[in-house]
Amino acid sequence: MAVKDSVTQSALRTPLGRVRGLGSARGGTHHWWMQRVTSIALLPLTIWFVFSAVGLAGAGYAETRAFIGAPLNAVLLLALIGLTFHHMAAGLQVVVEDYMRGEFARMATILAIKGMAVLMALASALAVLRIALGS
Amino acid sequence: MKDPREAGMVGRRTDGTLIRRPLSPHLQAYDMMQMTSALSIMHRITGTAWSVGTVLLVWWLLAAAAGPEAFARVQWFLSSILGLLVLFGLTVAAWYHTLAGIRHLAWDAGHGFELAQAYRSGRLVLVGTAVLTVLTWVLVFVVWG
Repeated sequence: MAVKDSVTQSALRTPLGRVRGLGSARGGTHHWWMQRVTSIALLPLTIWFVFSAVGLAGAGYAETRAFIGAPLNAVLLLALIGLTFHHMAAGLQVVVEDYMRGEFARMATILAIKGMAVLMALASALAVLRIALGS
Repeated sequence: MKDPREAGMVGRRTDGTLIRRPLSPHLQAYDMMQMTSALSIMHRITGTAWSVGTVLLVWWLLAAAAGPEAFARVQWFLSSILGLLVLFGLTVAAWYHTLAGIRHLAWDAGHGFELAQAYRSGRLVLVGTAVLTVLTWVLVFVVWG
């Protein structure tokens, strides 16, 4: 068993393939790295949003729209939306990959999560843009 | 299986037959009363809870874009007892996931792996979550009041 494993590994991976380090999924560490990148970007954005939301406690329709539509807030909200749903889909994907049995169910769930995340991000971004552009 | 650690040794070959060999740790293999493992799974639970909570963000933004009636409905829900409880739970989850995320980034950079350091950073995350949650809600009621 051990002998067979070592033979297969050295025979089926070319030296170039090992150097590139992308593995059989051609993904390498991209998914892992993007989770870290988005988490670092989300750190200040989330803290900003939490305290902004606190500042809007009890605020009415017009006041809330004025906040969302202010140029700086709109830009930060758009960044928050894109990063949040990217990070969310990546995180939920790992949870599903770790705990869900069955290739088909797992793939279907991951695709559903990604589809939902994209739709939620687009809907949120459009809402921010509608308010910011004043329509 | 008398020793719970044996749960981490039950693997399968590709043809499905059982084999005893070490696997990555999973839930049955953990003593969940240990702070290190409890905090680890809490990071996933709070991340998942926050994911569900993003529905509120989407609803809030869509309603603000849609008009005063839609926005009034969101406000009614968010200021109801249930809405406030959900928001409070999300605040706990968000602060926990944020602080535990910083802890994970430190680990990724190669810091804090000693057991004593891991317990200390774990306690910091718990205390920080409590302090920041209370601070957030004190501010909510100051602003709202």
